[in-house]
Amino acid sequence: MGQSYAIEMLGITKRFPGIIANDNISLQLKKGEIHALLGENGAGKSTLMSVLFGLYQPEEGIIKKDGKEVKINNPNDANELGIGMVHQHFKLVECFSVLDNIILGVEPNKYGFLKKNEARVKVMELSEKYGLHIDPDAMIEDITVGMQQRTEILKMLYRDNEILIFDEPTAVLTPQEIRELMQIMKNLAAEGKSILFISHKLAEIMEVADRCTVIRKGKYIGTVETAHTTMSELSAMMVGRDVNFHVEKKESKPGEVLLSVEGMTVASKAHKNNAVKNVSLKVRAGEIVCIAGIDGNGQTEFVHGLTGLEPLVSGKIELCGKDITHSSIRQRSVMGLSHIPEDRHKHGLVLDYTLEENLVLQRYFEPEFTNKAGFLRFKNIRENAERLIEQYDVRSGQGPVTVARSMSGGNQQKAIIAREIDKHPEVLVAVQPTRGLDVGAIEYIHKQLVAQRDAGKAVLLVSLELDEVMDVPDRILVMYEGEIVGEFDPKTTTQEELGLYMAGAKKAEVTVS
Amino acid sequence: MRKILKNEGVQSLLTSLICIIVGMFVGYLVLLLIEPTGAFEAIMSVAKNFLGYSRTNMQLKHLGTTLAKTAPLIMCSLSILFSYKVGLFNIGAAGQYVMGACACLYGALGFGWGWLPCLLFAAFAGAAFGVITGALKAYCNVNEVISGIMLNWIGLYFTNMVLTNVKDASSAYTYALKAKGKDAILPTLGLEEFFSRNKYVGIAIPLAIIFAILVWVVLNKTKFGYELKATGYNKNAAKYCGMAEKRNIIVSLAISGALAGLAGAFLYQTDIEQWKVTISSVPTMGFNGIAAAFLGGLNPIGAIFSSFFIQHITEGGTHVDLTIYCSQISELISALIIYLCGFVGFLKMLINTSLAKSEEKHAKKKAEKGGDK
Ligand SMILES: Nc1ncnc2c1ncn2[C@@H]1O[C@H](COP(=O)(O)OP(=O)(O)OP(=O)(O)O)[C@@H](O)[C@H]1O
Ligand SMILES: [Mg+2]
Repeated sequence: MGQSYAIEMLGITKRFPGIIANDNISLQLKKGEIHALLGENGAGKSTLMSVLFGLYQPEEGIIKKDGKEVKINNPNDANELGIGMVHQHFKLVECFSVLDNIILGVEPNKYGFLKKNEARVKVMELSEKYGLHIDPDAMIEDITVGMQQRTEILKMLYRDNEILIFDEPTAVLTPQEIRELMQIMKNLAAEGKSILFISHKLAEIMEVADRCTVIRKGKYIGTVETAHTTMSELSAMMVGRDVNFHVEKKESKPGEVLLSVEGMTVASKAHKNNAVKNVSLKVRAGEIVCIAGIDGNGQTEFVHGLTGLEPLVSGKIELCGKDITHSSIRQRSVMGLSHIPEDRHKHGLVLDYTLEENLVLQRYFEPEFTNKAGFLRFKNIRENAERLIEQYDVRSGQGPVTVARSMSGGNQQKAIIAREIDKHPEVLVAVQPTRGLDVGAIEYIHKQLVAQRDAGKAVLLVSLELDEVMDVPDRILVMYEGEIVGEFDPKTTTQEELGLYMAGAKKAEVTVS
Repeated sequence: MRKILKNEGVQSLLTSLICIIVGMFVGYLVLLLIEPTGAFEAIMSVAKNFLGYSRTNMQLKHLGTTLAKTAPLIMCSLSILFSYKVGLFNIGAAGQYVMGACACLYGALGFGWGWLPCLLFAAFAGAAFGVITGALKAYCNVNEVISGIMLNWIGLYFTNMVLTNVKDASSAYTYALKAKGKDAILPTLGLEEFFSRNKYVGIAIPLAIIFAILVWVVLNKTKFGYELKATGYNKNAAKYCGMAEKRNIIVSLAISGALAGLAGAFLYQTDIEQWKVTISSVPTMGFNGIAAAFLGGLNPIGAIFSSFFIQHITEGGTHVDLTIYCSQISELISALIIYLCGFVGFLKMLINTSLAKSEEKHAKKKAEKGGDK
């Protein structure tokens, strides 16, 4: 045998209506290795992992564990084989606490009575050991996406799995957390666990993975050792062309103030204090302002207050010179506010609607899509979808009539971005717009943001991604514990300096200009 | 074959049919347990209903009665499925139905109104009850099932109280419309003649079908339906894109209530039954609407057929030989069948998983064959 493989997936083919998601793909995972899986949005990565986890049955191909062929009919089978998975979109019970979610299904008990304290001790030990900070008693619906992610990882570690699948675990983490996660993964691999790791971030793959398998449009392209390759080689394998990692843009020419926030305070759902404290800022026409910060420092609540999803405790918001503090969400939207939300499944999409229905979610009531009698104009809805799909390269099995739920994560995100930018807003609020996108798509979205700016729109970007923070905006505001603690010019600041402010080690008085 | 099975519509139809057959079979088993002799005849008379009569004109007459009672059931199931699309389970339809009956009967016997004002009054009363449930849900976050059940009882006793004013002291039943409220009887449009002078057959039947089509159109073709379904699927996304979520909850329950209210009018304004003011249980029509809605695959057009079927076996139950079985048996059997119909969703899931498995086998065989060559 020579090599011992923990998992072998051989000749896997999985078809969905209108598309071959996996076309004869093979993947071999060595014991104790970290194996990255790379591919464009919709290439079939999540599908392949779902096959391994027993969520889908492949039409062709076999799976071997430790050299023996196995049948994985459902996630329970996978669990018994020691295979655990952190999904791209978390599968947590919203109204349960973090602890309950972690132990769900494997609750320690004595005579049928829960022994939660034992579980709590084990969870907190794991949390401590791997630096995965959680609040075990918080409700899932109240915590940030970052903490949900950590909950998912703990869930997998708690079950003592030996084959760990991470489907885009770093998409929602902060640079700090990503570094920690990389370390955790290395430790786990050193302990003998085998890890499959999906990411669109090439730097991460280069750093942590031993080998990398690339797939494109459902087909196997190749497997390379990361020690013998480069980032540009990987990206060329993935998209079939060179990708420009740097955003090209001209000097910005800020005009009049389009968005002005004064003294905004928003209550927190998770704790008694306010999540946003007396924040003031202005965004002008023709500039991109970025709110940077570590996840959970009030960015989410700030955006919700701004867009009307949460009520303000106090403060004033002006959009294009008009007071919108008490306007409804719809009024704000019609007046020219667009919002690319942080959580695409919770807010961004109606997953059971088709792609075309989702693409008119913000405009369905306009005369173009609804006639005077209140009937929908299906022809226009279809045309709108076809245009946006073409323009933003939204890939799916069946085009406009694809159910949004069946689309790949990155393509769902592209659909939301297409919808929000195409609304021609005056102010575009984009919360982590490139989360989960492949390098090619990120390049395209960044260009779109800059194009909005150049067209005289105001763009407010909220990002956790330091590369994005340094590259895209014209001005950076750092948010820490609900306050703006510093303003920076991306041309003169460094990632290290931003890091200090983001961690709360430094603080400056910011005067809103 | 597999392709056909995968089709959503075919699946709905198939699962509904399977439920019906299983339901009948279980009903037969129960009859066998109680009294083996005559069990087969009994279940056949349930299945046959009006077809059990040998003469065509009698068949038509009893078909007419079944149809007359189908119309209100269609309305009830429309009421259920409409709210269900918005993510609400309007179990209060039963109470809204009662309120509809109350309003139309009082309009007819108390105020002496014609049939149209009575219908409108019934719709209004049902809608009013729906609005109460909706407002409680939207503003106080009271679960619609809880408030619906409470309102069912409130509606029942309110109706008993009000309708006591329009009956003879010596009887428990309200006046017959043909005696004291002729104008309120629904027009028969000549249908009466066709169904062997069954004077209960009338405008309610075509109206119910028209309402089913209307509901389908509203849900699938209008902006309003788009909003309602979006709210039902994902409340947060509906809020995010600025849909008036609270208003939509209230409006959809108001419409749902109006449909249920009309159901009450469609039954009592044919004069086929009088209201008994001493009853102490909510009429089953509203609850049967739940079964009809699910059996019909939550599709308004499907609801027409499922309602007819359920009414068919309910009526069929009255033909069971009561010299062999006790008088509750008819209701027991039809209730059994109706509740087994609720398994439609479960069956669909079964079909889909077994489909996936057979596909897998098929693919494997193909691969093996391919390997041989
Ligand atoms: N359940 C499903 N039903 C139908 N089509 C599906 C389903 N799941 C995935 N697909 C399709 O299969 C293709 C591959 O999807 P997959 O989620 O595996 O992509 P991915 O590589 O994970 O992409 P991303 O980076 O965007 O997450 C997509 O075109 C998607 O539309
Ligand atoms: Mg994916």
